[in-house]
Amino acid sequence: MNTRIATAAVLSSALALAACQKKAPEELPPPPEDVTTTTPTTTTPAGPTVGSMEHFLAAVGQMNTVVYFDTDRYNIDAEDSAKLQRQAQYFSQYPSVTFTIEGHTDERGTREYNLALGERRANAAKNYLVSVGIPASRIRTVSYGKERPVALGSNESAWAQNRRAATVTIN
Amino acid sequence: MKYLALIPLALFAAPLAAQNQDLGEPMQEGQAVETIEEEGGLTGSVSFEGNLDDLGIAIPAFATDRDVATPANANGTAALGVELARVITSNLRNNGLFKPTGPDSLPTPAFANITSPNWATWSTRGAEMLVHGYVRARSDNRLTVGCYLYDMALQDRLVAEGWVVAPADWRRAAHKCADLVYSRLTGESPFFDSRIAYIAETGPKDNRTKRLAIMDSDGANHRFVTTGRSTALTPRYSPDYRQLVYLSYVDGNPRIYVYDIGTGRQTLVTQSDNPTFAPRWSPDGRYILYSMAVGGNTDIYRVSANGGRSERLTDAPGIDIGGSFSPDGSKIVFESDRSGSQQIYVMDADGSNQRRLSFFGGRSATPEWSPRGDQIAFTHIAGDFNVAVMNPSGRGFRKLTRGWQDEAPTWAPNGRIIQFFRTERNSGRTSLWQVDLTGENERKLPTPVDASDPAWGPILP
Repeated sequence: MNTRIATAAVLSSALALAACQKKAPEELPPPPEDVTTTTPTTTTPAGPTVGSMEHFLAAVGQMNTVVYFDTDRYNIDAEDSAKLQRQAQYFSQYPSVTFTIEGHTDERGTREYNLALGERRANAAKNYLVSVGIPASRIRTVSYGKERPVALGSNESAWAQNRRAATVTIN
Repeated sequence: MKYLALIPLALFAAPLAAQNQDLGEPMQEGQAVETIEEEGGLTGSVSFEGNLDDLGIAIPAFATDRDVATPANANGTAALGVELARVITSNLRNNGLFKPTGPDSLPTPAFANITSPNWATWSTRGAEMLVHGYVRARSDNRLTVGCYLYDMALQDRLVAEGWVVAPADWRRAAHKCADLVYSRLTGESPFFDSRIAYIAETGPKDNRTKRLAIMDSDGANHRFVTTGRSTALTPRYSPDYRQLVYLSYVDGNPRIYVYDIGTGRQTLVTQSDNPTFAPRWSPDGRYILYSMAVGGNTDIYRVSANGGRSERLTDAPGIDIGGSFSPDGSKIVFESDRSGSQQIYVMDADGSNQRRLSFFGGRSATPEWSPRGDQIAFTHIAGDFNVAVMNPSGRGFRKLTRGWQDEAPTWAPNGRIIQFFRTERNSGRTSLWQVDLTGENERKLPTPVDASDPAWGPILP
């Protein structure tokens, strides 16, 4: 059990990182050796494993995995709720899938406040998913504040892309 | 990013062993410095009446009675005497204090002249003040360093003090001498003999490595505390310098840890699944403030430094975060967005009597109470981010810096200088800066790599 969790952690972190950088293949570490020990059954892999980030992305669409916020705000607007509903469909369809919502801010805030703000954003997305029936126990939140931007400029367009809550699957 | 860096990002609950995974080699705690009375001690008043910025101070090499190699300097105590005078000279010069002249352009006084200067040698050098000192290797392998300040016009000694230090702590003797000179001439409290904890940053903007690092107030004795495998942020030295509190993602989540310098072990500030941020010590070191988000709502908590139950100090529905004690420990200034934007509030140390202090337009964040108690430094956000000060009643607003993004002020132990970090637009590069309370003498601090989150500790014990 422990090794499975650890394996999942490594994979999901790698996927989370890959998702952040939007270029999966070269960045992925080789899979841990014990990953195939349990069920060497399927001969023809029909596609990504259910619950993997790849599967999640393919099912809901990349654009629906991230919701964006206005400066200093954390409310879920109509566009965000459409995306979150799409995510909720997926998580209802695959009830064993657990996932993480990462809260982020732009760089134009003080470091500690941004950690709290990122947490608030992640929770806003989480609360929405819970309100439409996804059990809170399947959702982990983590805030990275302003520490992990995806857009690197110092301008409005970059900041808008960085004020986000990104959903990342972990199994 | 390397593969290893991914592994500590474990899920919901990481094993306890993970807590130490990001730590480097253990460090030794500092040793105490023994102060000895120098013959004569404090005497006359300063003759100089001009602007202290123009006060010339000659700082020749410290003399030695017997030139012997020590662990502090393999070339001998004479060479060490030159180094001591250089450190003192740099301290004063780098902080814009007085007009110091160092040992490299001055003759070296004889050991016998340290207590009885050869006035004729120094009267032609245009200096109003003269620093003399000596260094002597003791039989117990420690060093004795004496420091004397003379007024050239009076041809009299103003102050003298000496210290016994371990060889590894020889720079502390130089800092103490600089502090003695500074305090005697300005009437201010000392600040050089202190250390700084900060975050060392490397790598591209979207994949920064952030390591906990420490250094002396002048940047010497630099070392990294964490390996950089996990992101570390916002350190604070305990008042006795035995512990550091800081935020680490070592188990994949933002959590505050208390790192014990002597044992090299660290513990969570509180056992909770919730993220914790923004750690602060009380001035007496008995309490730690931290902020914790529960269901997205962040509040400020207080816990004994020895652990135990936490006490919640704020309960506003917004983000309440940070906190800085008044020097007497009776009040806490903190940040809250309960009004709709980040502003500064003050409360009693038990959480009662919360009221807003900042009404300056824009946002106000990261308040830090001066160790003197007379000012509060903070980050003022109005377009640009700048370091500003106000008095504890919320008046006397003064902006001290002009960068694009200057944040997170920290006070020198004497409350006369503020350090902060500056982020460069676009590149995201960070550096430590300092400015004095007048807004003058702004300068960048030398660090081996980019740097943020400075936290200046008190005068070393």
